Amino acid sequence: MREDDRARIMNLDKQSWQPTASIEILKKRAQYLADVRLFFAERDVWEVETPILSTAAPTAPYLDSFTTDYSPLGTNTKQTHYLQTSPEYTMKRLLAADSGSIYQIARVFRNGEQGRLHSPEFTMLEWYRPGLNLHQLIDEVNELLQQVFQFDPIMRLSYRGVFEFFFKFNVLTCSDDEIKHCARARIKSLPNDFETDRDGWLALLISYVVEPKLASLNLPLFIYDFPASQAQLAKIKYDQQGNAVADRFELYIDGVEIANGYNELLDTDELRQRFATDNQQRKQQGKIQIPIDENLLAAMQSGLPECSGVAVGFDRLMMLVLGKTSINAVQSFGFRR
Amino acid sequence: MRLEYFIDVDRRSKEVIMASISTNQFKQGLKFILDGDPCSIIENELVKPGKGQAFNRVKFRNLKTGRVNERTFKSGDSVESADVMEVELEYSYTDGEFWYFMDAETFEQHAADENAIEDCKKWLKEQYVYTVTQWNGTPLLVTAPNFVNLAVTDTDPGLKGDTAGTGGKPATLETGAVVRVPLFMNIGDLLRIDTRSGEYVERAKK
Repeated sequence: MREDDRARIMNLDKQSWQPTASIEILKKRAQYLADVRLFFAERDVWEVETPILSTAAPTAPYLDSFTTDYSPLGTNTKQTHYLQTSPEYTMKRLLAADSGSIYQIARVFRNGEQGRLHSPEFTMLEWYRPGLNLHQLIDEVNELLQQVFQFDPIMRLSYRGVFEFFFKFNVLTCSDDEIKHCARARIKSLPNDFETDRDGWLALLISYVVEPKLASLNLPLFIYDFPASQAQLAKIKYDQQGNAVADRFELYIDGVEIANGYNELLDTDELRQRFATDNQQRKQQGKIQIPIDENLLAAMQSGLPECSGVAVGFDRLMMLVLGKTSINAVQSFGFRR
Repeated sequence: MRLEYFIDVDRRSKEVIMASISTNQFKQGLKFILDGDPCSIIENELVKPGKGQAFNRVKFRNLKTGRVNERTFKSGDSVESADVMEVELEYSYTDGEFWYFMDAETFEQHAADENAIEDCKKWLKEQYVYTVTQWNGTPLLVTAPNFVNLAVTDTDPGLKGDTAGTGGKPATLETGAVVRVPLFMNIGDLLRIDTRSGEYVERAKK
């Protein structure tokens, strides 16, 4: 055996059983989790646990749930269950049952997503605040980041403001061609025959231009008032110029997407319509249809309180706080193919 | 004779059938064809906003030109795999235009151009075995073995008293490479060189 072959095998053996994060990092992570729990305890937001398995799942076209089969003992029947991609639906059912303010530190699963900033399973810190509007919830995220993670206060800017600042066009009123033109000019790695839809081009501009710029400017930022086409499960409202926008925000730190918050949509019919549109889009792309969560819709029908909610990618936050460049380095055993 | 000729052609045509590779198989070192050229992946990063469409941002080296570039793929897209092989070949000689490497089993000669040998030109010595990266049978890149033994052709006279190897001096080797060697080395001495760092390791036995 060649010497470097031997070294490689030894190295592989050594690496494969060992944690991908150091014990020192894992202890710090444990302390931060305890601090987060204290932060919410002091605010009378109580911790909940909800099931990971569900017979329904989010319909979002670019979100792929893991599936598994439930077989009652002594039978060969199989019932498909989906692993949660976030605890959102079950937590909203608790809210509809008058839970009041709740939070969860949940393990969530997203099939296929693996990279420096992605893992098919990761930890989500998610909380809901009845009675708070979106900007009050942004205030609370800021307080959490300052008190627990020693961040400075973070600025906020509308999605439209971000595009005006970096690209000098009004993203809410401009044509698809304008966006496409800008993306092609700014992103050199796109092949000539590359095509996507309006939201796809916008996402590319955010990922390839805005995120690196925010990182190089050392500018953490809450971005709010998204295009209405990216509403997901947020309410749609009208901004000061009278353009329809989604009442939601995203938080970027070091150019990395850390949190996603909504002023939660309460209209059951509207949500049913969005689920159907998602499934239609899935069909066009040749992807499987996802069963709609009727329990969520029924809960909303019975009355979800006016509330705002936010999900924080806890591993990414740990990565930034602990000065690491990959989320593997803050997870005990990072996902390996 | 004619029949054999046709069988041979048939076998060759099978070799160039391309396999398709999906972006989810992308990893460092993977060889693929882009715009007709063979390329090797240096870095593959998943770009995926929370609930948005996923892309693969790929940094790669064009193995023909040696240039590094970037390309964005939609996750799930496919590319053609490149029929790139690594073979161990013995360096024979150069005619100034091409550098010839020989397959020790078949004695077949492979001609590499200047582009392919650029990185290891100063470590090329007859009868050493080099790793030759081939695409459709054409050498794209020649990589030197980790260690080669080369003779000193020019250096300042050796200093007898100095055996500690401190300081050092430049020495020109038989391939034209210049390395720092201990002061006691003389013209004609054979040296073991680490080609990865370009550094002198020790005096070699003949």
